Amino acid sequence: MGLLSKKDAKLITDPFADNNPITIQVLGICSALAITAELQASIVMAVSVLFVLGVGNVVISLMRNIIPSKIRIIVQLIVVATLVIIVDLVLKAFAYELSKTLGAFVGLIITNCIIMGRFEAFALGNGPWRSFLDGIGNAVGYGVILIIVGFFRELLGAGTLLGIPVLGDPIEKTGLYEYGYENNGFMLLAPMALIVVGIIIWVQRSRNKALIEEH
Amino acid sequence: MSKKTDSNLYTILFAIGMVVVVGALLAFMASSLKSTIDENKRIEKQQNILYAMGVNENEGTSAIFVSKDKVGEEFSKYITKQLVIQGSDVSENDQAYLIDVKKQQTLAKEGKERQFPLFIGEKDGKTFYIAPIRGKGLWDAIWGYVAMDADMVVQGAYFDHKGETAGLGANIKLRFFMDDFTGEHLFSNGAFKGIEVSKSNNDPKNEDKTDNQVDAIAGATITGNGVSAMIKSELKFYVPYFKTLKTN
Repeated sequence: MGLLSKKDAKLITDPFADNNPITIQVLGICSALAITAELQASIVMAVSVLFVLGVGNVVISLMRNIIPSKIRIIVQLIVVATLVIIVDLVLKAFAYELSKTLGAFVGLIITNCIIMGRFEAFALGNGPWRSFLDGIGNAVGYGVILIIVGFFRELLGAGTLLGIPVLGDPIEKTGLYEYGYENNGFMLLAPMALIVVGIIIWVQRSRNKALIEEH
Repeated sequence: MSKKTDSNLYTILFAIGMVVVVGALLAFMASSLKSTIDENKRIEKQQNILYAMGVNENEGTSAIFVSKDKVGEEFSKYITKQLVIQGSDVSENDQAYLIDVKKQQTLAKEGKERQFPLFIGEKDGKTFYIAPIRGKGLWDAIWGYVAMDADMVVQGAYFDHKGETAGLGANIKLRFFMDDFTGEHLFSNGAFKGIEVSKSNNDPKNEDKTDNQVDAIAGATITGNGVSAMIKSELKFYVPYFKTLKTN
């Protein structure tokens, strides 16, 4: 890796696996539950968070020496909110269709605890380049879990992927449905997102024993 | 360093400065992009109206509008008349599609007389009467356009929403749901009844077009009820106009 030093590369790879924001730090669960009923929504959310966290971390990092510590949380909130509104306005003007898909998530991005968490824990104490890498790493770690959950929920819940039927037609009874397979509507409801995330955590910890906490 | 940024004066000045900078930035962005955004919304309305009357570029199971650069031309080609109905007055207005249904609903609540836009389209020798509707879903507003023939039999529908749940309520804007409305009757035994989004109609292939019911989406009960409600409460205002079509 010529571009990144070992330490910097770890900033990207760590949150991807052994320090994943969702499965290890258990942050950002709220949005993971809300929007993963469909694969497309999961992807849109992952990309939006990638942008907001990448840029937000840099902005906070550049301001880290001038932010008064008493109001730092409010300052962080304003930075996220401003970024999100700017993205929303630009999309509305130049990618109207996409902005309609994103519409419901704008509020969810602002309240995503991963964003505030990384601002507070990393960007306030590190330089812009390292903060940028940390932001990208965490957003990718978050996005991957979102996409995995979205994939299984849409496939098992509605029999489609990205809105395209992949298992046949449930009403005409073609494809898998011919053999008595039924969609599991429960997959589309929020509790199943929690259970799918739980299964991912289980798989991850059983493969890497170092992640299991001692009690 | 930490001394300086901890003082109350600095904190207050920083807060004021930040508010001014952020406020100015957002105000500048919003006002400079406003005209482009409004134009997008205007185009979308034309696309929605054309979609309801069957002028679209649907492929497979996905709903696709007429493209942005063609929509103005197609709109003036297919939409022959735009009417504004106010009480018993019916007037023509070629800007009727810009009437904001939400504002009109507020006017009605304040006791003022509301304007109802109605668009008349011609395609392949058939006449379509397209009315906008608006109501409440589970989280936020839902709206749509319903194209009818002179007997108020639905010829096509388009629904949209502001923030319904992805994968559940948000599916009202998918083909499988919208297409079900085509051919459904709004009247039952000579009386206006609307169309109910029903969980118990036992007709998933929607073969019975006169039962005033379409199949609901599982897990989207409240959004579905919202669709039933807005069809019933909004389209009933157009019934007197359709009656005049019959007598003339």
